[in-house]
Amino acid sequence: MLSADASPSRALLLEARGVRKTYGANEVLKGVDLLVAPGEMVFLIGPSGSGKSTLLRCCNRLEDPSGGSIWVGGVDLLSPKTDINRMRCEVGMVFQSFNLYPHLTALGNVTLALRKAMGKSREEAERIAHANLERVDLADKARAYPGELSGGQQQRVAIARALALEPKILLMDEPTSALDPELVGSVLAVVRGLRKSGMTMVIASHEMRFAREAADRVLFLDGGLVVEDGPPAALFADPKEERTRRFLRDVRY
Amino acid sequence: MSGLDRFVATFLDLEVGLRYGPQILEGLVTTVGIGLAVVATGLACGLALAVLRAFGMRPVNFLLIQIVDILRALPPLVVVLIIYFGLPSVGVVIPSAVVLWLSLSAILAAFSEEVFWAGITSTPTGQWMAARSTGLSFLQTLCYVILPQAVRVAIPPLTNRTIAITKNTALGSAIGVNEILGQATSAEAFSANATPLLIASVLYVLIFIPLVIASHALERRHAVWRR
Repeated sequence: MLSADASPSRALLLEARGVRKTYGANEVLKGVDLLVAPGEMVFLIGPSGSGKSTLLRCCNRLEDPSGGSIWVGGVDLLSPKTDINRMRCEVGMVFQSFNLYPHLTALGNVTLALRKAMGKSREEAERIAHANLERVDLADKARAYPGELSGGQQQRVAIARALALEPKILLMDEPTSALDPELVGSVLAVVRGLRKSGMTMVIASHEMRFAREAADRVLFLDGGLVVEDGPPAALFADPKEERTRRFLRDVRY
Repeated sequence: MSGLDRFVATFLDLEVGLRYGPQILEGLVTTVGIGLAVVATGLACGLALAVLRAFGMRPVNFLLIQIVDILRALPPLVVVLIIYFGLPSVGVVIPSAVVLWLSLSAILAAFSEEVFWAGITSTPTGQWMAARSTGLSFLQTLCYVILPQAVRVAIPPLTNRTIAITKNTALGSAIGVNEILGQATSAEAFSANATPLLIASVLYVLIFIPLVIASHALERRHAVWRR
């Protein structure tokens, strides 16, 4: 467990401090700290529009923060000297709507970045891809196109695509929100497996039950600020802030 | 002479057909040659312009859009005539077949740029985000993720455009290119008979029907993953 003033940064894998993001006059993030130690699984919860997705996207610079600092594994992500494409291989990302490439097979989806971003040979890339598809229990679907897969299978291919690059940390943006209820379990099973293997993860999610059971730490965001930050047992059972209490009552997990 | 006899004598005169047939077939070679050159050049330039536009450089895009819009607005014959009569007066003399190839390529480039661009913008932003999040560069994302999808979306409107513009090789007859229609109209003038024009029509159908069929096949093949 970490407190907000944890230091030195050596102990942290992801160290985002005072992150702000504005779109015109609209301030989506108003100075957010997100500190993640190696092996930790952190959940971001909060109402839609609270800034969870934007915060995650700032952590691999799909969005450029308007202010603050973000360090990943001791590298300043916002420095113009940082090779952002290389850093993005170390910060995996999984999206709510999977975003698989529809013109490529599951195998092609996983191998593309291995070959083009990391420069691996086709054979090497396919070996890695097969291993990672097996890791998400889809070894038999390597030749299938995304359109031939269920939502749960597509999301697991997307996880394999991110894992194949051997990221230090995996960011997941509502990974189960677009899934039919009966398919959620298969994705959560994969997340559980990753947790066991020591993968560091930050997950924006509405799966409160899962967060309560599996997370090391939960951050409640509202209105672009972290309202409450603590271990799930404390945050769910005895929230300190009125806003957290109201949110947890409303979602009735 | 009955109506049918008059029709046969005007359009199906065997003797005229045999005399001028070889000359029109020579025109076929010219039409197919220029047509293929226009398709290759026009589509390649159109794709290149759409890629250039994707980089989002404001002054470049402003200029690009102006030129494309003008080329789309002008009747093809006007473009052909401007280049044919305009270039010599500034000291550039090029064969009329080259003028035809350049004009039609420019027009096809303009139209196909718009179609490719529409394909690029219709690709969901999630595709960009997913690709960039795995460390692919902007250009790699464009080449390996966005364009394969954009081109598939573009194929049906593109085949129609391509066929429509390639048919304009017939405008070569206005500037003395000996393509199918040029050969046929001169044969028609010499023989005072419409049979050469009928031969020309048959040749056009023979060239373009396979293209139309091929475009259907192409659409079906690329529709597979889009369910």
